Amino acid sequence: MFDYETLKLIWWVLIGVLLIGFAVTDGFDMGVGALLQIIGKTDTERRVMLNTVGPHWDGNQVWFITAGGAIFAAWPVVYAVAFSGFYWAMLLVLFAMFFRPVGFEYRSKMENERWRNLWDWGLTIGGAVPALVFGVAFGNLLLGVPFTLDEMMRSYYSGSFWALLNPFGLLAGVISLGMLMMHGATYLQMRTAGELQQRARKAGLLLAVVVALCFALAGIWIAFMPGYVLLDGANTAGVMTPLQKQVELQDGGWLSNYDRYPIMLIAPLLAFAGLAGTALMSWVNRSALAFVSSSLALVGIICTAGFSLFPFLMPSSENLVSSLTVWDVVSSELTLNIMFWVAMFFVPIILAYTSWGYYKMWGRLTTDFIENNKYSTY
Amino acid sequence: MISESLVELSRLQFAVTAMYHFLFVPLTLGLSFILAIMESAYVMTNKQVYKDMVKFWGKLFGINFALGVTTGLTMEFQFGTNWAYYSHYVGDIFGAPLAIEGLMAFFLESTFIGLFFFGWDRMTKVQHLMVTWLVAIGSNFSALWILIANGWMQNPVGAEFNYETMRMEMTSFAEVLLNPVAQVKFVHTVSAGYVTGAMFVLGISAYYMLKKRDLPFARRSFAIAASFGFASIVSVIILGDESGYEVGDVQKTKLAAIEAEWDTHEPPAAFTLVGWPNEDTMETDYAIKIPYALGLIATRSTTEEVIGIKDLIAQHELRIHRGMEAYRLLQLMKAGDSSEQTRAGFDALKDDLGYGLLLKRYTDNVVDASDEQIKAAARDTIPKVAPMFWTFRIMVGLGFLMLLLISLAFYYSVRQTAEQKTWLLKALLISIPAPWIACEMGWFVAEFGRQPWSIGEVLPTYLSVSTRSVEDLMLSLAGFIGFYTLLLVVEMYLMFRFARLGPSSLHTGRYHFEQHSSAGDSQTVVAAPRNDQV
Repeated sequence: MFDYETLKLIWWVLIGVLLIGFAVTDGFDMGVGALLQIIGKTDTERRVMLNTVGPHWDGNQVWFITAGGAIFAAWPVVYAVAFSGFYWAMLLVLFAMFFRPVGFEYRSKMENERWRNLWDWGLTIGGAVPALVFGVAFGNLLLGVPFTLDEMMRSYYSGSFWALLNPFGLLAGVISLGMLMMHGATYLQMRTAGELQQRARKAGLLLAVVVALCFALAGIWIAFMPGYVLLDGANTAGVMTPLQKQVELQDGGWLSNYDRYPIMLIAPLLAFAGLAGTALMSWVNRSALAFVSSSLALVGIICTAGFSLFPFLMPSSENLVSSLTVWDVVSSELTLNIMFWVAMFFVPIILAYTSWGYYKMWGRLTTDFIENNKYSTY
Repeated sequence: MISESLVELSRLQFAVTAMYHFLFVPLTLGLSFILAIMESAYVMTNKQVYKDMVKFWGKLFGINFALGVTTGLTMEFQFGTNWAYYSHYVGDIFGAPLAIEGLMAFFLESTFIGLFFFGWDRMTKVQHLMVTWLVAIGSNFSALWILIANGWMQNPVGAEFNYETMRMEMTSFAEVLLNPVAQVKFVHTVSAGYVTGAMFVLGISAYYMLKKRDLPFARRSFAIAASFGFASIVSVIILGDESGYEVGDVQKTKLAAIEAEWDTHEPPAAFTLVGWPNEDTMETDYAIKIPYALGLIATRSTTEEVIGIKDLIAQHELRIHRGMEAYRLLQLMKAGDSSEQTRAGFDALKDDLGYGLLLKRYTDNVVDASDEQIKAAARDTIPKVAPMFWTFRIMVGLGFLMLLLISLAFYYSVRQTAEQKTWLLKALLISIPAPWIACEMGWFVAEFGRQPWSIGEVLPTYLSVSTRSVEDLMLSLAGFIGFYTLLLVVEMYLMFRFARLGPSSLHTGRYHFEQHSSAGDSQTVVAAPRNDQV
């Protein structure tokens, strides 16, 4: 058994793992959705694209659902404050995601062109909008979110949806959308053939460059931005609520972790290396390596965001002490312990059967295959 | 003070989205097992018709499943978006089953559903059969965990209040898992899902039989659904919700409301078959009663009392007084009073803290509530009787109707004369909606009957909401209603289309609409209801 402080850290890692699992798996099928009309020129090409993710998108999406459930179970305060505060952003993600299950399932059920075009738009929205909004929300975490907690621990959010769409938030949104589209493009490189695959290579290359530039720009921006710093003296090892600590704003505060723990620099380095690898491998047509590079880039980018914020999860710009950190939003020690063992038990099993599923369905899909199986595929 | 309209709109939005979600869940629960049974028959007999059955009913399953997934997402979001204080207050316990549901059930179900549809030519027969079973098991696991979560809302065991963090915290995971209310609810709910799957397959197969189309296909589907449905409907009724009544005060209140039992009578109590519950006079007008029946059903004895509503209100009033004292001591402790005496006083009363919180609806400062406010809060502890009374009776009535229909279907199916009983086939066809209505009524009874609590005797619904504006709620509710209506239209359209087309939609060349007509030289094909791609 671990002590409470270690458990708090473990859960920070575990939720990070779930979010990365979501980005690396569901990320590529959201990317495929966002790219659907850009690189899929004909109905059959689009069907090829959809069928590369057809057997997997539903399972992939569970990473997202489980991350949500895990945040509820391990960080109930974050779940409460973030979901209710970012109300309209969350509903926008939700409504966009509505299009995915029905889009995949219903699109091929009728041959009518207008019907299919409508669902193509649905799938584009379902892929692009959540990717964009997640990035915008993350960008706003770094800026601080206007909310307060009262002594009953009820949260009050005073911002608006439109305030989220500030320049830095949008830059983060572009990074997030760009990286998932890039990821989708590398996945398509592996699973398609012919012209479609050529277009996926170009898209992967181009997007890797765009994401690298935006990511570098965001890094420079953060260096000059006020960051939140937790002052010593908080009871991180024991039971505490967000209100029982002291927080200060410092210019460039978000970079202080990299001074304190230089090992954390591995995250931004991994991000750049992954992006460079994606561009290069797409260029030389080594699709599997392009996909691996793209996955590493995602891991690097997400870890960079998480490491910069640490120990903060959701800083409050309105009332510094209301800021949520990994130390004060957690569930009880018993719950964290139980859920840790539950996760340790199930995650390897999930990884095993998910891999089996990919193994069984592996291979390049061609337009001929779709033409010959048009009644049994998406 | 929290706005009453915000609370009402949040409740309405939850009710709309949850009940809508549950239009798709029961069919998934039942049809997934029926598919697994059909495919087992295929693997054992190697007859093509069974494989075609799995593929055809699987198509309808897929159309339904897509909306189940879509609307399930809403539920995952909504505790946070609209019930933020609830999420903070009970997330320590309530979040765990939801997270486990993801890890244990959703991953299983969602990973294998893709392989179910796309893996036919990629794996051996036995592997594919295993995939189908895992989909069924996965969806049933998901029902298990969500009902453990819901059971805890009805009967919150294995947890206690922690004044330092101002929330409920888990004290025993085993108690949460083995909560008797959750166990009973699980069995009842999944059986209701199995009945839904059976009624769906029976009704549509009956349609083909009435049309005299694809008879070998329809007959086998009918037989499997009839036997599966017969076992399920018996289990819904026998293992039904009843035993849950004996546990917990919320369930007692629910029982009294369902039965419109205003007064506590000498045991065994009579059962009110029909009547008109009157909230103002606290009497049931025009009641037709069956002596002894309620006592027997509810307590399984002739000597135990069924407590009436008036007595429950009186009991709850006492608990509100104790809750006020608990709240006063909690305020002291929050202000820094760490004396042993205050702590002990609070511990003795903290089970009634929730009753004190009921007064928050009337006064921010719970401790100085007036007698009138206390009386009003005590009256609030009883959900509205008439809706409970009627929805319960509709559910039970439909349950017995389905028992009759499925039993007949089973009987004639065994005798191999079902095809000639056109009256039964017609009745089955028009009764397709019955299980859905019963399921929705059942959820209404369970959740409306829990009011005014979101967590029974712990957290009032009133306090559970997020701090959002009424405008936010009106807009999001309108969005949900608009979007969901559109999706339902599309879903129903596809469902009807494919159900009418039947197994011909598989394009195997073996079924009705693909048969070449014998008349004339021209190779005309019998016109399908609509001749585009499926």
